[in-house]
Amino acid sequence: MSDVIENGGTSRGDASTLTKKEFTSDQEPRWCPGCGDYAILSAVQAFMPELGIEPHKTVFVSGIGCSGRFTYYMDTYGMHGIHGRAPALATGIAVAAPELSVWVVTGDGDGLSIGGNHLIHALRRNVDIKILLFNNQIYGLTKGQYSPTSEEGKVTKSTPFGSVDHPFNPIALALGVEATFVARTVDNDRQHLTEVLRRAAQHKGTAFVEIYQNCNVFNDGAFDLLRDKAQGKHNQIRLEHGEPIVFDEGNRCVRVGENGRYEIAPTAETDPDGIVVHDAHGRPSLAFALAHLSRGPDEPSCIGVFHEVERPVYGQAIQHQLQAAKERLGAGDLDALLHVGDTWTVE
Amino acid sequence: MSKAVRERERIVVRFAGDSGDGMQLTGDRFTSATAVLGNDLATLPDFPAEIRAPAGTVHGVSAFQIQFASNDITTPGDHADVLVAMNPAALKADLDKVGKGGVLILNEDSFTERNVQKAGYTADPLQDGTLDGYQVYKVPMTSITVRATEGIGIGKKESERAKNMFALGLVSWMFGRPTETTLNWLEKKFGSRQEIFDANVAAFKAGYNFGETTELFAESYKVEAAPQVPGTYRNIDGATALAWGLIAASERSGLPLFYASYPITPASELLHELSRHKNFGVVTIQAEDEIAAANIALGAAFSGQLAVTGTSGPGIDLKAETIGLAVIMELPMIIVDVQRAGPSTGMPTKTEQADLLLAMYGRHGESPLPIVSASTPAECFTAALEAARIAVRYRTPVILLSDTFIANSSEPWPIPEVESLPSIEPEFATPNGQDFLPYSRDEKLARPWAIPGTPGLVHRIGGLERQDGTGNISYDAANHELMTRLRQAKVDGIADDIPALEVEDPSGEAELLVLGWGSSLGTITAAVARARADGRSVATAHLRHLNPFPTNTGEIVRAYRKVLIPEMNMGQLAALIRARYLVDAASYSKVQGLPIFAEELEHEIARVLDE
Repeated sequence: MSDVIENGGTSRGDASTLTKKEFTSDQEPRWCPGCGDYAILSAVQAFMPELGIEPHKTVFVSGIGCSGRFTYYMDTYGMHGIHGRAPALATGIAVAAPELSVWVVTGDGDGLSIGGNHLIHALRRNVDIKILLFNNQIYGLTKGQYSPTSEEGKVTKSTPFGSVDHPFNPIALALGVEATFVARTVDNDRQHLTEVLRRAAQHKGTAFVEIYQNCNVFNDGAFDLLRDKAQGKHNQIRLEHGEPIVFDEGNRCVRVGENGRYEIAPTAETDPDGIVVHDAHGRPSLAFALAHLSRGPDEPSCIGVFHEVERPVYGQAIQHQLQAAKERLGAGDLDALLHVGDTWTVE
Repeated sequence: MSKAVRERERIVVRFAGDSGDGMQLTGDRFTSATAVLGNDLATLPDFPAEIRAPAGTVHGVSAFQIQFASNDITTPGDHADVLVAMNPAALKADLDKVGKGGVLILNEDSFTERNVQKAGYTADPLQDGTLDGYQVYKVPMTSITVRATEGIGIGKKESERAKNMFALGLVSWMFGRPTETTLNWLEKKFGSRQEIFDANVAAFKAGYNFGETTELFAESYKVEAAPQVPGTYRNIDGATALAWGLIAASERSGLPLFYASYPITPASELLHELSRHKNFGVVTIQAEDEIAAANIALGAAFSGQLAVTGTSGPGIDLKAETIGLAVIMELPMIIVDVQRAGPSTGMPTKTEQADLLLAMYGRHGESPLPIVSASTPAECFTAALEAARIAVRYRTPVILLSDTFIANSSEPWPIPEVESLPSIEPEFATPNGQDFLPYSRDEKLARPWAIPGTPGLVHRIGGLERQDGTGNISYDAANHELMTRLRQAKVDGIADDIPALEVEDPSGEAELLVLGWGSSLGTITAAVARARADGRSVATAHLRHLNPFPTNTGEIVRAYRKVLIPEMNMGQLAALIRARYLVDAASYSKVQGLPIFAEELEHEIARVLDE
């Protein structure tokens, strides 16, 4: 059987009348039925028109893994690279063409294992790219090995006696390398996901968005505590800048405990002035403490924007240097360059 | 009193000292004065991998060799006629590079018992007969320099540091080099620091006058200017020529130059040179690793830049997967490999040309790409332009091979007229109202280069096999075969678009063809000239395109009874030629991290012919 997927690929959208359709390619998504990636794809396609940026001025870049196919389903320019290198490809695009809206789609294996180096360097440089990291805590495309975010003791095909690896905390990692925008959301909460995408898109520089994404085939239910409607309302700690951090229908809150550590406590037993007020624009150490409230998604965990600060954007700084050099030295003159220094003439 | 001046056709001078003694600078300045005088020349710096190995040891010796002549020369010379050794370690390290009867100019002050021991000598080489058969000149360079700079107001240490200028002055006198070139340069370099400037000038003049007035040197030498084609010349090293060639390609194509690289010896010079020319719109990015550098460049290629990544062998290993991605994406990109001695870390500062098969085959799957190679320092300029031309015209990654030897050495270069340089047409795709087919092809089998931001051409590319025409993902069996053959045919077709291989066979009766590529050109030219002077008929040909080969290559290698291929590797071009053309080409290998010497090759030519 031929495995050819059709691709029309000729969007000519007008910015003011854009709809989800303009961002939806005619290729049929081929994730497993029930995969969380469908929900994310649909939310992203529905959100993009809101930015008012035409599809031809948008680029999606991905690596290898289930998330890697995302690129083919967006009717924008796209580059589906090799394993782990999407942030580097996207850096080249964003620096070369600062007018484009550049998005990276990656996963926990692609972005945090084989591509960990590129991820942290993109974050520290603050390239103008938006990174969506689909975290399902498993290798799906290779059919079920543990990933760098899998919990200790995880039993998978490659760890029949349980994983002895300690997992990454992606939010803490991003904060640790001084990312300027760090957020987390979940695949099935369309409204929250869209709001986080909105904030990420508005951010100037690298935005890092971890999306808890359910792999219903190899790691089903990993995020039930947070994704499931009934459980989620008790365990999602929603972060809003400037607001006291209370959750579980107001019953629990985050306060500063002994030794200055953030801890979860019953609201009723906490002095209202002692409840932590979320400061997304403050020092990264505040967000870092929130990232460590739970050991993983099997405990009450924060979602929302952890951290959002401004820092010079990488590509802009490069453009400024080019401009400054031209002003100082004049536009490059090749003939003058070739003659610089000692020359001699033979008659 | 004027001294005797002896005319020589060619001279090889080698400056050697501690890494901190400024020998590269001394050599560089001597080269400039020599170039301005109109001699033909070739240079070879030879320095340790360690930035500052322990002072006074053989490991810390840094040397610079120059051959200059009144006629055309092509190598820095096999053996030095004159060695300037600033300390016992330099003597120990380089004495075997001096021809018998050669001149040794030694900094006598440095031959203390301690230094002699540090150099690994068990006895003082000045006394024990080690130097018998050489013309030895012991000159107290350090103490004369200190005396010459008294009263300038600098400390003893700083004044001692000027001793390399004393050596330069002395050798400048010996070979009648003009002093103005050096004095002008010192003014530019140190003009704002009066005392340092005064000290260096005093040391330089002291060296020059020492030669002129002392009884030590009976004669000086004169090497007449070499006849040159009229024009304006400059001296240029391979690294600079390659960087300027890329800038020229950017200017001639109108594509902004975008260079992403990770520091690695000996390719870092490219990053350094290019990062100085931002006023040409050159973007340089020092990436987090070799893989990132390749991917950043590839992202820029997608966005319509003249994208280049540069490295040496270890970096090519790391970039291999990305180069394969560029092959299937069919985007223009240049990958510069300044080869060094391997395997693994090998000898980072030493030369080799052992990455040819890596460039050719070092990727999984059928992953063909064009390979262009530079043969001399100045030729790096044209090779860069040629690599860019092919990459852009054929929408393909191109590997451009240079090596440590040509990157670091220099030669006089007739500066080209900018207008005479080839122009490169990017011909970006534009919408034509019909559905866009990203994997449709033109007559050269190149696909359209449609850059993001262009309305109507939205498309996705990636590493999965593409369907012919549409570029959709395809696992179809027949399509994969078709695409594999198309990618190969596109690269093979470049043979029709490159110059034929030229043979030089003055007698027309040669039995032996010496076929080369890359930096062995100089050695081959010199060795063959000597063999011909001995009455032997030898033909030569040199490949600048290693993939595809020029169309007449097979015809040429089959036309000679014997083919000899000298390479600084274990016979990589020989393997390709033998496999491709079924000729019994012989390989001459040298893998010492050093260029092949003309004398060695001359003997091999004689041996092969007398077989």
